[in-house]
Amino acid sequence: MSHKVKNILANVSYYAISVSIAIIVMIPFFWMISTSLKSKGALMALPVQWIPEEPTLNAYVQVFRKFPFLKAVGNSLFITISYTLITILSSSMAAFAFTKIKFPFGNGLFKVYLASMMIPTQVTLIPLFIIMDRLQLTDRYASVITPSLFKAFGIFLLVQNMRSIPNDFIEAAQIDGAGLWFIYRKIMLPLTLPAILTLSITTFMDSWNDYLWPLVMLTDRDKMTITLALNTLNGQYATEYNVLMAGSLISMIPIILVYIGANSRMKTGIMVGGVKG
Amino acid sequence: MSKQKKKSGKNKLLQALPFMIPSFIGMIVFSFFPVVISIFLSLTDWNGLEKLTVNTIFEHFVGLENYIKILSGSEFWRVLGHTLYYIVLYIPLVFVASMGIALLLNKKKKGTMVFRVMYYIPVLTSWVAASLIWKWVLSPKYGIFNQILAILGISGPGWLTSEVWAMPGIVLASVWKDMGFFGLFLLSGLQAIDPTYYEAARVDGANKFVTFFKVTLPLVTPSIFFCLIMALINAFQLFPQVQIMTEGGPNGATQVMVERIYTYGFSYFKMGYASAYSWLLFVIIFVLTMIQMRLQNGWVHYES
Repeated sequence: MSHKVKNILANVSYYAISVSIAIIVMIPFFWMISTSLKSKGALMALPVQWIPEEPTLNAYVQVFRKFPFLKAVGNSLFITISYTLITILSSSMAAFAFTKIKFPFGNGLFKVYLASMMIPTQVTLIPLFIIMDRLQLTDRYASVITPSLFKAFGIFLLVQNMRSIPNDFIEAAQIDGAGLWFIYRKIMLPLTLPAILTLSITTFMDSWNDYLWPLVMLTDRDKMTITLALNTLNGQYATEYNVLMAGSLISMIPIILVYIGANSRMKTGIMVGGVKG
Repeated sequence: MSKQKKKSGKNKLLQALPFMIPSFIGMIVFSFFPVVISIFLSLTDWNGLEKLTVNTIFEHFVGLENYIKILSGSEFWRVLGHTLYYIVLYIPLVFVASMGIALLLNKKKKGTMVFRVMYYIPVLTSWVAASLIWKWVLSPKYGIFNQILAILGISGPGWLTSEVWAMPGIVLASVWKDMGFFGLFLLSGLQAIDPTYYEAARVDGANKFVTFFKVTLPLVTPSIFFCLIMALINAFQLFPQVQIMTEGGPNGATQVMVERIYTYGFSYFKMGYASAYSWLLFVIIFVLTMIQMRLQNGWVHYES
């Protein structure tokens, strides 16, 4: 009996703590949504209205009126999807060559790739701006997409993964007359699917939420990503928090959908990839 | 024999070539060239307006002057002090919060999946959106944070408008944004612990506290350590939250390294000076990475 009481108490305290943390985490979001439904006048009303007394969707209309926000969403989607696809393609190809072709100087080159991870992006920012400026690529999508060609972390992650795939698979396929591209596409990619999915999600998030790089490269309002659009709105309408909060909420929706979608896909991915070696 | 080996090597190189081309070109253009250019730039007083050629680098060559100027001036040390202020507040807070989250999520109870997603939403939010939200949350008069403090009977400070409280405000936003990330990272560390250790501790009659400090904590130290270094490296690269929430203010109280690099490079166009600044940042991060590699073999407890 006392054991049962103890159990109930443990459960109650567990959920009490979990819910408290969840509330603390959610309060800023609650405040964002509440503010986005306020009129400009209600922002500075005292006492502060936790829930708007006269809720209005005006701020959402304003976001699209004050900035080509829909275009920014489109830009972000285009840039992020291209960025992620190129990262996955380029990284998986390099990882395949490093682990399964074993070409001369491969190990040395891999070390150079790894070493490049230690260079913070701030070091390459200024020279890259100059290079992009010279190539007349600033204010073009290419300036923010092309760096995806070389993502050392992605290559590192996939090399770790592909190493664990037995060479027998590849030798067997080669005896059957399969070419390297066939092996890459039909054996390596499917077998490393969980790792590729993980890399896709993190790359998608990083690219969608990136700030410093696009800030330097894109100044044309029509080319801006959604984070830059928010940044510009903040510069021009710094006190209109209802508009800023509406924009922030819109910017969060796609990434949350991708995360939830990927999370459910990931479980199936792990099952598909879980071939016994 | 060796001739044959050479030939097969050449063959392999040709086979690997098409797979390596994209990343190799990327590495040269986006990493190698910029690093070389940056080293030379940091030795010049180039102002970013003239066209940059090998000649301009020679014309504007000033040797180590930029580095000497930065290191002998008071600004760099003040900026470093701001970062340390951030670290001293941020590291303990984020550690306690993320360890708490990891321990909670590690319990096999109903609903942990929902909490997991909830704790992770701040991580998914971009820093731009998060900074805007927190700027408004921390608004001294109209923000919800001081409202909550008022309910608790505390009169809240001016946060981002105060030289003393601006950095703690940025720390609050950062802890809120990062604790889910580190929490899930530590969780994976906890889940990797072999359950037989707990079994053995239970058989030996260890209570919950002893089990936590003698079994869980030592076994999860590699993860904790990894998080610590990651958090430190991130702390030195602090930027979007500062740029959006305070722009380095009030009165320079939240100026940090990357903010300085950005301001010198793209507001004042002192590209050489900014490059030198960025290499000093590199040195700090490099030292941290080296410490990490060294200590990893030392006091961190690995399961053998």
